Amino acid sequence: MNRAIMVNSEDTVATLLNHAEAGDSVHILTAQGKETGTVKIGEPISMGHKVALLPMKEGDKVIKYGAVIGQATRPIRVGDHVHVHNMKSLRLAIPLNVPTNTK
Amino acid sequence: MEFSGYQRNDGRVGIRNLVLVCAVVECVEGIARKIAERVKSAVAVTHHYSCLHLGNEQVVNTMVGIAENPNSAGVVLIGMGCEALRPEIFSERLSGSGKPLEILSCREMGGTARTIDKGIEIARNMEDDNRALEREPFPLDRLVVAVKCGGSDATSGLAANASLGVAVDHLIRAGSPVVFTEPIEAIGGEEELYRRAANEEVRTRIERVISNEENYWKMSGARMEFMCKGNIDGGLSSIEEKALGALHKTGSAPIVGVLENSARKCERPTVSGIYFQDGTHLEAQAVTNLAAAGAQILVFTTGVGAALEGLITPTIRVCGNPTSFAQMKADMDINAGTIIEGRESIEEVGSRIFREIIEVASGKKTKLEGLVPGVFDIYRPDPRLDSLAGISRRL
Repeated sequence: MNRAIMVNSEDTVATLLNHAEAGDSVHILTAQGKETGTVKIGEPISMGHKVALLPMKEGDKVIKYGAVIGQATRPIRVGDHVHVHNMKSLRLAIPLNVPTNTK
Repeated sequence: MEFSGYQRNDGRVGIRNLVLVCAVVECVEGIARKIAERVKSAVAVTHHYSCLHLGNEQVVNTMVGIAENPNSAGVVLIGMGCEALRPEIFSERLSGSGKPLEILSCREMGGTARTIDKGIEIARNMEDDNRALEREPFPLDRLVVAVKCGGSDATSGLAANASLGVAVDHLIRAGSPVVFTEPIEAIGGEEELYRRAANEEVRTRIERVISNEENYWKMSGARMEFMCKGNIDGGLSSIEEKALGALHKTGSAPIVGVLENSARKCERPTVSGIYFQDGTHLEAQAVTNLAAAGAQILVFTTGVGAALEGLITPTIRVCGNPTSFAQMKADMDINAGTIIEGRESIEEVGSRIFREIIEVASGKKTKLEGLVPGVFDIYRPDPRLDSLAGISRRL
């Protein structure tokens, strides 16, 4: 079973507990271990990486741990991989010399 | 909820009875180590910042904090006899603690071999006296718990830190002060820390500590990446996410204090709640700072499976990566990898950690306790660098 944890009930993303493939259904769990639903993912997402639980417009805040971890830089659909290619920090840009290819 | 520990003369409660053999200057470090080798409950501590007093005020503050830690049940101060940083400087500060204390001077003793022999005799006597001490029950507000993460990976924010955060929430409800440090890890998490600050003064002090840390790392010549390829490959998309993943180990309770750690003073928690201690991310120094702040026990989370033990704070290691746990099972006290595998929830592991903290405090040995001497190192920021960076550690 593919699982992702939604750390806080306000979160707009969940973090994968195992690697999942495009087309997979991922079960979303709370910190208490309760399943709140499933999300079908449109692309492969690795363990530790995030999946969108809500659609986001460019500029929308990405919420994890109940706090803002950045903002969307492109429109994001439910089930999309959320990472450096479609969100950015509000605080510090990732240094240019750090490679960000994540596949 | 209660734990059982040893009542000290200064009113604090120890969870172990250690004899601290302090080489106040580095020339006598070998003497301290030889004594500690031969006396089971003795540990050797020293620093490498010279035998001057001027400029070493923070060294003194930290060493005093260590010697005063409730796990210290006897102190042997050793000097060469020619130093400006005399043992008496420490013993004067320690006089109010009521701890058994002896001073040895290598020159007065007539050399290294004699000092070692005398030191062993003194430490053994202290150890014998300590064997007669008995544990009594105490409420959890007498237990100061330090939390630290290291060897983090993609699982840390999800498993080990998440479950420790749940345990910390239990501790706070039970009245324990909980301390975390490593200002560099907080960069990116400021908004969340401000939100949790109990009042304006705490917020101002948090701002100060974090802006000091940023200024320090932005100095010309500093080579530091706040985010690296490993972080990004592992799924971290921003420094906020990285910092919040680390801060997740502190749970959700308000931050009631920011502990100054400077040439002026080394502060300790006074009431229940979360405390942010100023200091460093360097492993042994951070662990030592937490002990100097009075923590009796340390909970350490890891993803890659780093096996850290503190010299004077028994350490509970929580590993959140199932692969790392399988590899390092002999060293890890808590397997939080069950969260990744779907066998336990974050809350269930959190409750397990909370129970383990009480058991270890009450006498249960951790996997590495007694197997290796734990880490110890004194943190002393260079005042010249601080001046260049425009930093004052006085909050």
